[in-house]
Amino acid sequence: MKTLIYGYGNPGRQDDGLGNAVCQRLEAWVSENQLPGIEFDSNYQLNIEDAAAIAEKDLVIFVDASDEKLDDFCFSRVDGSTKVSFTTHAASPGYIVQLCKELFGKEPLVLLLHIKGYEWAFREGLTEQAQNNLASALEQLKRILTDPENAVKSLDRLKIC
Amino acid sequence: MTQKITIEPVTRVEGHGKVTIHLDDDNNVKTSRLHIVEFRGFERFVQGRPYWEAPVLVQRLCGICPVSHHLAAAKALDVIVGAGTGDGLTPTGEKMRRLMHYGQIFQSHALHFFHLVSPDLLFGIEADPAIRNVIGVAEKHKDLAVQGVMMRKFGQEIIRATAGKKIHGTGAIPGGINKHLSPEDKELFLNGPDPLNIDQMIAWSQGVLEYFKDYYAKNQSFIDDFAVFPSNHLSLVRKDGALDLYHGVVRAVDPDGNKILDDVDPQDYDQYIQEEVRSWSYMKFPYIKSLGKEKGWYRVGPLARLNTCDFIPSTLAQAEFEAFKAVTNGKPNNHCLHYHYARLIEILHAAEVMKDLLNDPDLMEGELVTKGIKGHRGVGLLEAPRGTLFHHYEINDDDQIVLANLIVSTTNNNEPMNQSVNHVAHSWMDGQPEITEPMMNAVEVAIRAYDPCLSCATHALGQMPLEFSLYDARENLLDVKHTY
Repeated sequence: MKTLIYGYGNPGRQDDGLGNAVCQRLEAWVSENQLPGIEFDSNYQLNIEDAAAIAEKDLVIFVDASDEKLDDFCFSRVDGSTKVSFTTHAASPGYIVQLCKELFGKEPLVLLLHIKGYEWAFREGLTEQAQNNLASALEQLKRILTDPENAVKSLDRLKIC
Repeated sequence: MTQKITIEPVTRVEGHGKVTIHLDDDNNVKTSRLHIVEFRGFERFVQGRPYWEAPVLVQRLCGICPVSHHLAAAKALDVIVGAGTGDGLTPTGEKMRRLMHYGQIFQSHALHFFHLVSPDLLFGIEADPAIRNVIGVAEKHKDLAVQGVMMRKFGQEIIRATAGKKIHGTGAIPGGINKHLSPEDKELFLNGPDPLNIDQMIAWSQGVLEYFKDYYAKNQSFIDDFAVFPSNHLSLVRKDGALDLYHGVVRAVDPDGNKILDDVDPQDYDQYIQEEVRSWSYMKFPYIKSLGKEKGWYRVGPLARLNTCDFIPSTLAQAEFEAFKAVTNGKPNNHCLHYHYARLIEILHAAEVMKDLLNDPDLMEGELVTKGIKGHRGVGLLEAPRGTLFHHYEINDDDQIVLANLIVSTTNNNEPMNQSVNHVAHSWMDGQPEITEPMMNAVEVAIRAYDPCLSCATHALGQMPLEFSLYDARENLLDVKHTY
């Protein structure tokens, strides 16, 4: 199973760097444990070329910092959306999934991991609360990546938003 | 009775903005303004930081063109570390940065045309917003949409290979670059699997240019007549007058092509350029000092660059440049929508430049960094995708930044964007008592031509919803409509 973990956000804006932090931590863990078929990517935000990147995968997990009312983190399933954001700063996961379907005829299973963030000022480094949330989210991600084929068959076991 | 219409947000524009249009008693447009209503004060934020952090810090300005800020800051710091002004770097240092920069130009222009502009051209300004977007393009013109995605991806891969990573790239450092191009990346870009190789990128660049020219031939009056007004034009050019997007001297021409500024050293920019503050916008209004506030404003970006340069130093793009110049009989081109034409010629040029660089052995070996006698002031200018970008830093004896002044491309285009909005407002809204979606989009089409990144310009990050509001002569709000 080809899996992509894609964290996005700006690490220069405190907790907005949660997506990037997930990729950094998990990539090292995947390497240590020699898990096959797992790739990582990070960027400031999603953009149209990501439709090509996800087209080659079976499972995609986008990871983004969230200021929603969450305890720590949750997953949501991403379906295609034809809603067009007014600025490419805000290309949504659903928009990327829809582009992938329209342009490449592929529909990978796509999840969005929302991790609660708290501070968004112009400095690097996660807040302590965000680091705790990150640690909790990583535990669930590790369970998924250890056996992704089984994980996708039982999505209801994930912490769903 | 005078009425005022406000348009907020401007869709498919990077960042934030608001447009207000004042109507008179007969519902004719009296005045119009593009307002920038957020402020971030980034220049204050970097004060006190060690100067060598600037090329990475400034990438926090915006996630859309971080490479441009990264390189402009590095160019300014080249001067501070005594490595010269652009031509003082080692061949490897300069050429790796050029590859990074032209990769940025390529991907940014591709994103703008395919993602933001092509829906307007393919479906028309008055088309249903539900289809006038890139999903609509994907459904009706799949080949065009796929090419846009893959061209953007190619440019992003060039950036990865030269800057090191997509987020907070560290490739450019004061005095040079921190890595060579790897043999694997060189092979990938030159001979990689279809479609991700440079020859395919050149072919597609030619293809989209042909597409635009064909569209232009069929819709000449729309392209030629939309928001036309004379202006000055400013950009960097190479010393011999060639188009050069990475380094050069400052040149400005008037609407007739007469040179206002020529051969100006970027280090002296503040002797020639002044910024005006207006109470209704956080984005400043730059102008050429010698002409004053009223007459000194200018355009920057692809259209301005093709108006100021004498030739393009790559074969295919030069041929297209000659055809472009013939449209206005060699005089400066002041047609707003010809920004797109110019932008597509630059895409082709960027692809040609990347091919030349990828075949250059200097990228694979050679010294990476130059150092000299340290100074306390440095200015870095380059031609970012959206136009001339100015970074100016001063440091103290403890290597801390004590002054930073950034004039970003969109700020340079502030007055021209306001002028464009005004022209469109008169054309589409005179005598109209109510706001319609096509009217709102026409205003946005004018702003989009400049490919503005209002986020950078105001040093604010995030989303800025934009709306249209209608006011009467006594500033009573009559109507509000959103474009989202």
